[in-house]
Amino acid sequence: MFKLEKRPSPSKPWILATPILAVVMTMLAGGLMFAVLGKNPFEAIRIIFYDPLFNAQFASYSRPQLLVKAGPLILIAIGLSLGFRAGIWNIGAEGQYIMGAIAGATFGLAFYPTESPLIFPGMVIAGALGGWAWAMIPAILRTVFRTNEILVSLLLVYVAEKFLASAAVGFLRNPEGSGFPGSRQLNRIDAMSNPELFANTGMHWGVVMAFISVIAAYILLNKHLLGYQIKLAGQAPRAAKFAGVNPSRLIILCLGVSGALAGLAGLFEVSGPAGQISIDFNVGYGFTAIIVAFLGRLHPVGILLAGLLMALTYIGGELAQLMLGIPASAIQAFQGMLLFFLLALDVLSNYRIRMKKGEATA
Amino acid sequence: MMIDPVTLIAALIVASTPILLAGIGELVVEKAGVLNLGVEGMMIMGAVCGFAIAVQTGSPTLGFLAAAAGGAALSLIFAILTQYLLSNQVATGLALTLFGLGLSSLIGESISGSTPPPVARLDIPGLSDMPVLGPILFSHTSMVYISVGLVVAVWAVLKHTHIGLVIRAVGENHDAAHALGYKVVRVRIAAILFGGACAGLGGAFFSMVRVPQWTEGMTAGAGWIALALVVFASWKPGRVMLGAYLFGGITALQLRLQAAGIDVPVEILAMSPYVITILVLVIMSSGKARAALNAPAALGKVFHATG
Repeated sequence: MFKLEKRPSPSKPWILATPILAVVMTMLAGGLMFAVLGKNPFEAIRIIFYDPLFNAQFASYSRPQLLVKAGPLILIAIGLSLGFRAGIWNIGAEGQYIMGAIAGATFGLAFYPTESPLIFPGMVIAGALGGWAWAMIPAILRTVFRTNEILVSLLLVYVAEKFLASAAVGFLRNPEGSGFPGSRQLNRIDAMSNPELFANTGMHWGVVMAFISVIAAYILLNKHLLGYQIKLAGQAPRAAKFAGVNPSRLIILCLGVSGALAGLAGLFEVSGPAGQISIDFNVGYGFTAIIVAFLGRLHPVGILLAGLLMALTYIGGELAQLMLGIPASAIQAFQGMLLFFLLALDVLSNYRIRMKKGEATA
Repeated sequence: MMIDPVTLIAALIVASTPILLAGIGELVVEKAGVLNLGVEGMMIMGAVCGFAIAVQTGSPTLGFLAAAAGGAALSLIFAILTQYLLSNQVATGLALTLFGLGLSSLIGESISGSTPPPVARLDIPGLSDMPVLGPILFSHTSMVYISVGLVVAVWAVLKHTHIGLVIRAVGENHDAAHALGYKVVRVRIAAILFGGACAGLGGAFFSMVRVPQWTEGMTAGAGWIALALVVFASWKPGRVMLGAYLFGGITALQLRLQAAGIDVPVEILAMSPYVITILVLVIMSSGKARAALNAPAALGKVFHATG
């Protein structure tokens, strides 16, 4: 029999090794899943992880997509990771993403057809505020009434989705769109578009923002008192209390930052790659970002890498759908599997596995 | 406005049964000190497994059994991860939901569009034909009665049996329960599997009775409402039923108001079950009726036996 022995502090090598090991195990288990679906597992894995980057035929299209998809994932995950570190569980980023997009688009479209260089920056601020405000609901309910922020933030995703539907067919509907749901094409209006900054790189303002957030989070966590308080609150809540950390302030701050970043991601998406507010412009980045945050070990640099990898599975998944007819949902299951393996392997970072000698009792 | 109260109450019972089933299962899990946030994922797995097997075999009974098995199978992953590999319960529950949503649409790909076999309704000559009470109480599918029976059974077991005492002890203080020689991990795994099976049944009620059809993500947050229900009920089985019927009533009423073309935007009505759930959570967590006081003390804590 095996026995687990708690390590005094998590093992550094294992913390770095487990995400890699989890990816490898997910490839194996995913390959098995593809085999069950009647597809060649080796081909499927190659198409998902290799072809988007290096296949001469697809890479020119896929490579820029990597940043397009990684941008929002990283931006949202950086925000979530701060809260997760402090034991504050915002799992409603998808809703904050939607509300940020709606707030930003509403601000911009209110000035249509005025052309002014101030409109886009205004939309960015409105987007951040929209996401922030939506995250403030669970934050305030948690701090004032001690209501569980997990359930509230998640339930608000469904409310945001209904609100999105009403915006797309109602107050944001394109008056010249012959009655179809969906707003004007923001990416075709100069003053409101979030363009590709360098041709064929996929780089847009959202990606720039994602990189800035990685750097800012790194500095915050390593050089700033607040970052120390966040880490302390998560690892030793009692000690944090004695050290004068105000839990309410931390909750408002962590939920606020993650909401604002998710709102920004939503705004950059509707003004850029998605192009307009439509009923289903949101594709679940807010949920996938949770996986990105954990895969990146809640560390800014880790999240950067995890976001790129997760973006690759999206692009590779689309390619696999095209080439092998693998259903899009298989990729979602694949991403879920990755999180399972990661959580399972975490035991190696936190515990030592010891063989039990001779004892028969538990 | 024409809303017939009799059909409304009958619809209320149908609308509340999925969350009642999932909620009573999660109650047992949480009583054992485990927080499984994967209810939504287990429900949707139950929905697709039940639907697929019922379509394949033509037997609703086999469908419901498959749904329970599907929900339990998914919860087994959660059980192994949290109980043996000591993973964080919040994160693992989330993973369960994300994975369940993906896997269910994968399984459902080939069968969306099929029609499940009709689930027989109870039809007792005399009772079912009674005015008012007949359609409200005696014309439902057997699953509705099973769900009520399950609530009574859970209440009786938790309150009056030794097994119930062990479950509660494990949930209140796992170290003490362990010291007394109870198998904490085994009790918890059994509770998790029970919760998974119940959530699976609840999901299948969606795809086989209430809708009845398979569409991706069709549980639409019912699993999260079920989780909120347990808090609302302050971990008491009877109150889970009360709460489920309240939520079911709101859902049924808002659907009827939508159909009646009342002068409120459809989206506002569609939001109402979620908004009201949040409001109820707020009321329960604040003030004198602090539900948290009644929460199992070891809820969500990792148990690691030393020695």
